[in-house]
Amino acid sequence: MLLARPRICLVAALIGSVVLGFFQGQIDPYFVDILSHIGINITLAVSLNLINGHTGQFSLGHAGFMAVGAYTAAAMTLFAGPHVLPATAGPVLPMLWFLLALLAGGLIAAAAGLLVGAPSLRLKGDYLAIVTLGFGQIIAVVFRNIESLGGALGLNGIPPYTNLFWIFTTAALTVYVVTTMVNSTYGRGFLATHDDEIAAEAMGINTTRYKIVAFVIGAFFAGVAGGLYGHFTLTINPKGFDFNRSIEIVVMVIVGGMGNTAGVIIAATLLALLPEGLRDLAGRSIPVPWSSTPLSLHWIGESRPLLYSMLLIGLMLLRPQGLFNLRRGSSKAPC
Amino acid sequence: MTEFFQQLINGLSVGSMYALIAIGYTLVYGVLRFINFAHSDVFMVGAFMGMYIGRTSSKSSIGGGLMVMAGAMVICALLGILIERFAYRPLRSRSKLTVLITAIGVSLFLENAGQLIFGPNPQPFPNIFPSHTFQYDQVVLSSKDLVVLVVAIVLMGGLQFLVLKTKIGTAMRAAAFNPQAASLMGININNVISFTFGLGSALAAAGGILWAYKFPKIDPLMGVMPGLTAFVAAVLGGIGNIPGAALGGLVIGIIETFVKGSRWSTWSEAIAFVLLILILLFRPAGLLGTLQPEKV
Amino acid sequence: MLEVKNLTVNYGAICALRGISLEVKQGDIVTLIGANGAGKTTTLRAISGLLRAQGGEVLYEGRNIANLPAHKIVELGLSHVPEGRMIFANLTVLENLMMGAYLQKDRRVIEQELEYVFGTFPRLKERQKQVAGTLSGGEQQMLAIGRALMSKPKFLMLDEPSLGIAPLLVKTIFEKIVEINRQQGISILLVEQNANLALEISRYGYVLETGRIILQDQSSALRQNPQVKSAYLGGV
Repeated sequence: MLLARPRICLVAALIGSVVLGFFQGQIDPYFVDILSHIGINITLAVSLNLINGHTGQFSLGHAGFMAVGAYTAAAMTLFAGPHVLPATAGPVLPMLWFLLALLAGGLIAAAAGLLVGAPSLRLKGDYLAIVTLGFGQIIAVVFRNIESLGGALGLNGIPPYTNLFWIFTTAALTVYVVTTMVNSTYGRGFLATHDDEIAAEAMGINTTRYKIVAFVIGAFFAGVAGGLYGHFTLTINPKGFDFNRSIEIVVMVIVGGMGNTAGVIIAATLLALLPEGLRDLAGRSIPVPWSSTPLSLHWIGESRPLLYSMLLIGLMLLRPQGLFNLRRGSSKAPC
Repeated sequence: MTEFFQQLINGLSVGSMYALIAIGYTLVYGVLRFINFAHSDVFMVGAFMGMYIGRTSSKSSIGGGLMVMAGAMVICALLGILIERFAYRPLRSRSKLTVLITAIGVSLFLENAGQLIFGPNPQPFPNIFPSHTFQYDQVVLSSKDLVVLVVAIVLMGGLQFLVLKTKIGTAMRAAAFNPQAASLMGININNVISFTFGLGSALAAAGGILWAYKFPKIDPLMGVMPGLTAFVAAVLGGIGNIPGAALGGLVIGIIETFVKGSRWSTWSEAIAFVLLILILLFRPAGLLGTLQPEKV
Repeated sequence: MLEVKNLTVNYGAICALRGISLEVKQGDIVTLIGANGAGKTTTLRAISGLLRAQGGEVLYEGRNIANLPAHKIVELGLSHVPEGRMIFANLTVLENLMMGAYLQKDRRVIEQELEYVFGTFPRLKERQKQVAGTLSGGEQQMLAIGRALMSKPKFLMLDEPSLGIAPLLVKTIFEKIVEINRQQGISILLVEQNANLALEISRYGYVLETGRIILQDQSSALRQNPQVKSAYLGGV
């Protein structure tokens, strides 16, 4: 499989991201934009996949972790940056500071993950889903009420530190950490927790710890992705990290196939391209036999959430293992 | 003190609407053990149906208002039955998570289809019941709150009678307790489930119309917050427990109204969730519920 | 009355019944004995429609009812008292009994059946207003049987009526089973771990082992069979 040799993949991906970062100036800004979205999506989806896919929990609050990371990192570069960095700093110091800011964003998000993971001690299934959803809402309300972080308007003028190097390095590390962790002896516990919590518990696996670890690590990478996102869009506000954003990430994981990292990467890429495709379609019109004026497709431009919802329902009914999951044959009747 | 009573009336009326929605969550959870995420959007559809039916007549009367309500309730009951039949029933034997994701999908579908069909902008809701204000001392009781309270109480009383005293209600309780045993009695479980969805959806529609009547601006996303809050109400009362859902709705309605009236008003949207987390951590069975041991 | 031919059932990848055939004649009491996990309960559940059968036929009064939904099978007069009683613990005794008569539209018939059930199990009459979950194990078994009788069945399947019940009550319940069979002419298929008792009240018996019928005979003959004696009747 694609990710069978994670270390080689990691090295290749890191070299790729260095090259991308180096030649970013030569690439059409439109493509840089799309590539950035793809990379951030991959980080978000693969980190959520650790929680929802591999460990079998169900988080609807991934955007909340992203928000925590985005605000923390932005506050560090925007407010603290000018005080810390000398005015005549070259390109290196701000980059180091950005790295620190991203890490800080990830760590605070991880702390939030610990906070959310804790109720999973007692909750499972749909209750946990609701609690994570509630967590996402609470985060949004909290940021809306912190005036120093811009309240409902959010933060503007975040320095444009994010580039393709940072984005793809993060994505590669996320994929590497999640796959190696799940495939390690220790990490088999995630899968055991997913497959049968009670049986795993009976085998002496501390399912609670695995759940919390999954939340903490997933939240960490979501936080870093949030930091990258903020320094890419240059403006963030609480509404950008609402329930719909969480659902978008959930859709990526489900389309790719829960627990299937390669599939999730493909899905994250495709779903980043989807808005572009829809925008392209929306500008067109198709000839229809019943009318002389061609049918305009402009409404498609607004239909992305509708499409997501139909994807969710359709996949659950017809292909719950995801679009890109080729395993799992049907078992034959034994007698 | 006047202020207090005013807020209390307001809280009771908002709470009784939460109660109506919460009962729908609880009914479905009782029979199928899953959270019907799309319930809050059936509430929204109910409000829009009420708006369209209500616009057909320019004058408002009690009878007319009740007719509007009955119409929307029937439409939403059918909608609820259809959702269950085509989205949830094929997944009956699958994992809870699959059903939950589907329910989220249905919810988003209704919201987005609603934006396409009803339009994304808020629309005024017609005044379907005659309005009047009563004043006692300083406390003002608007007919809106009165209508909301009376209708909600009548509906909940009717529901309680249906569930406790009729054959189909007893069958619902039997099926909720043990669907296999119920089917051995000759009860068609699918019919009971359809009935449950229809009933819950009709109550959501009633709630939606009352909500739109009290806060007469409606849009396709209007169900999200009341829906989530009502869900918390159902959990607070003990999910699966009908009187519990009603009590939970009233409690949350009152708490929320008082917070909105205080200087903490900007935090009001977080209250329901904070409450939810506290309940689940400290009394997961809810106020009136009993904890059921998990089957291994 | 009931003829099972070559019935197979599996749970996922596990084979539970590997082609079972048995017959219950009109007015008969037939028993199915066997160890834990032999497939006794599976057989009953497949007959009553709670489980899907992968192969074979279940002929009831000449009609193949295999894989009909459970609620349709009850309609035909075949009632199943499931393992572990499965009474509705959240309903009252009377409500439980009324659920048993769910398909009966005629009020007078319901009254008659109720009278018969109360006559057979007077304890249920005393406790009719009580929530069923508060009954003792034996009373719950009476309720489960009474509830099944409320549908006015022609054929009754009982799954381990002695399970978890005080020995004194077991005797009463088995007497009642015989009484129901004699008085109402209801044919009975009885699944029991307590092979001694089961073979005592039945006319014919089948011995089930790991999903197959390994022995069948008149109950009186089975009781003398050395193989049955050593394996199921507690030694010599």
